[in-house]
Amino acid sequence: MTATLHRPDTDSAAAPARGLGRVRSRRRWVVLGFMAPALLGFLIFFGYPLIATVYFSLTRYDLINPPEWIGFDNYVRMFTSEPLIGTAAYNTLWLVIVLTVCRVIFALGTASVISRLRRGLGLIRTLCYLPALAPPAAATLVFVFVLNPEFGPVNRFLRWLGIDGGLWFNDPAMSKPSLTLLVLWGSGELMIIILAALLDVPQEQYESASLDGAGPARRFWHITLPSISPVLMFGIVNSMIFALQFFTQAVVAGSAAAGTADVAGNTKFIGAPQNSTLTYPVWLYVQGFRYSNMGYAAAMAVLLFVVSFAFTAILVRQLRRASHVEEGA
Amino acid sequence: MRKTSMRVLLCSVALLVASCSGAAGNGGGGGSGDNSGAGAAPAKDATLTLEVYSKFTDREERELNKVLDTFKKKYPNITVHHTGNQDDDKLTQSIQAGNPPDVAISFYTDNLGNWCKSGAFQDLKPYIDRDKIDVNQIPEAVREYTTFEGKRCAMPLLADAFGLYYNKDLFAAAGISAPPKTTDELFEDAKKLTKFGPDGSIEVAGFSASMPFYGNLAEVWAPMFGAKYLGPDGKSGLAGSPQWKEMFEFQKKLVDFYGADKLEKFKAGLGDEYSPDNAFHKGKLAMALDGEFRTAFIADTAKGLNYGTAPSPMSPNNSKMYGGGLVTGTIIAIPKGVKNPGASWELIKHLTLDTDSLVAFSNGINNLPSTIDSLKSPNLKHEAQFQTFLDIYGSGKLVTKPSTAIGDAHLKAVNDFAEQWVAGKIPDLEAGLKKVDDQINDALAQK
Repeated sequence: MTATLHRPDTDSAAAPARGLGRVRSRRRWVVLGFMAPALLGFLIFFGYPLIATVYFSLTRYDLINPPEWIGFDNYVRMFTSEPLIGTAAYNTLWLVIVLTVCRVIFALGTASVISRLRRGLGLIRTLCYLPALAPPAAATLVFVFVLNPEFGPVNRFLRWLGIDGGLWFNDPAMSKPSLTLLVLWGSGELMIIILAALLDVPQEQYESASLDGAGPARRFWHITLPSISPVLMFGIVNSMIFALQFFTQAVVAGSAAAGTADVAGNTKFIGAPQNSTLTYPVWLYVQGFRYSNMGYAAAMAVLLFVVSFAFTAILVRQLRRASHVEEGA
Repeated sequence: MRKTSMRVLLCSVALLVASCSGAAGNGGGGGSGDNSGAGAAPAKDATLTLEVYSKFTDREERELNKVLDTFKKKYPNITVHHTGNQDDDKLTQSIQAGNPPDVAISFYTDNLGNWCKSGAFQDLKPYIDRDKIDVNQIPEAVREYTTFEGKRCAMPLLADAFGLYYNKDLFAAAGISAPPKTTDELFEDAKKLTKFGPDGSIEVAGFSASMPFYGNLAEVWAPMFGAKYLGPDGKSGLAGSPQWKEMFEFQKKLVDFYGADKLEKFKAGLGDEYSPDNAFHKGKLAMALDGEFRTAFIADTAKGLNYGTAPSPMSPNNSKMYGGGLVTGTIIAIPKGVKNPGASWELIKHLTLDTDSLVAFSNGINNLPSTIDSLKSPNLKHEAQFQTFLDIYGSGKLVTKPSTAIGDAHLKAVNDFAEQWVAGKIPDLEAGLKKVDDQINDALAQK
């Protein structure tokens, strides 16, 4: 064994390298320091609720007493014995598919028409956007009135034309389409976003395409759509999340159809008619806050998380792939 | 792609947080919540403020405020602050968050079992024992809906009995001299009273069989047939009950008379239950089942209506119960975690056991005074139609809904079934009821 009192010679290049490392390390801490508030917020408002929800989903929890560990019983119940979760999931899935497609197409259609207007653009744009400002509960009550089978203006007009209007919110087969109409009426926000994207498409591209003999359909398919595809993707994801969270309008429409606007404190009228407006978030809320089955509600939330994650991931991947194919072509 | 995945993850986490943020709250409830004994009554000159939550609004909120003001006579320095329009959800969340009102008032008895079992409402027995309260002052059925598994964690604040409202003018026009006493008579009268338009649509319905609709709820109908929700084993046994089958067959017979589609269309054109456009107020329904509180709504918004009241008609197999019916009502309790439970109890005692307070509040909102003494008070001032409900309340034939720890899950299950049954979606009544039993028993098994 040998010992030395001298520091071994080091490579002359090592000193600047160590200095660079120290600078990098200090920069890393500075960056982390600047990010700290956001990271802290993320941990408190995203990380903790996520972990807590997963934990509560494995417990029996009434919100008053400490949770009691029951393993996967809530998940087993969800897939075996609880009958209304299937109905609620079906209703929400219906809305996710139909409402997403209709909302994006409707907003795109409206925005396309408005973008071509030469006069009164500001007024029409404002009028189309206004319904989006209406509070959801009030807007739903107005729609319930407008679509009232007996004295609503829509059915009166249809009767005048000799057509027997439907029962709308009072018919289990019509209630979800009626809710979709309500959402379309209030989709001004998405329309404005798409309109902005449409107005951003360079006019030169349309002019060049026209000179090359492209018709309106080809111009729309090969110029407009690729140009606004990121905005459309946002619209689709936004509509999907909106449908997955569909709550207020469903509760208000269902209870109003059952003859009462008062659903606070009881669940008998929620989902009417025949549970056709019972959406997944509504049933989650009822389980958690009305029946005090917060453990079960947390399990429902975890399932919703997994499904929405999968939905969004697939959708984003498909749209990106389509976008690449379009660019390649 | 990694960025995309991160965005997707964030979207999904945000969704999860939005849908279940309540789950992240603490479960403690906070406060003392000491149930070992009664909290000390406040000194006569004690200075404090009691917060009261109720769901009363407008006219009824003002009437409750008047009665709350009379508490000053007993405790001049106690201020009572009343917040109206607070439903059961808000109440539960305030208890869960450890910030409950000092006194909680709920319109519904359905959540009592849950609050009682979880300890969200404190046990009142120590107070009742200490103050030597005679709970027999309260009818048995009312005592039943304010307790859960023998634990008294609420007191009745007035009560609601259900009976039959009938339009006298429409009865006279149809040549009917008296309200029906049996369900057979109800069916025949409903047919006579119904008016169809030239296109076959219903202009006036004798009696609506749509359920759930207005006071037309399974729990209101069940006492007419003697149908019970739970068996002696505490489990749902609708499929094995001839009474439930009789009730649903009666309902189907009535709906078939109108035609399910026509009835649904008629229902859709009627006004909201608690608005001036209520179909009975407007003469669109000749008969309706409702609580005694309807007399106040009619006095308020349909002054010219010529109507009478009678006990609910009973099935011929249950005729001995004629004169009685469903009783339910508003309940009042001390939530877990309040700072001055003794003071809360004094206010509850004042509101629920003081005859003058009960009579004043009963006169104000047309609910039934809940104690036997207040029922006999000469100071009760009500419309002639109200007397029917006082008689029902004193009949000794009251029936209530069972206190369970599942909220109104069992009521929703039965009302959902009724909707599907009359729509013709249930081919086999017994098999359908068996599924309802399974649903209710599944909910009960979670507690």
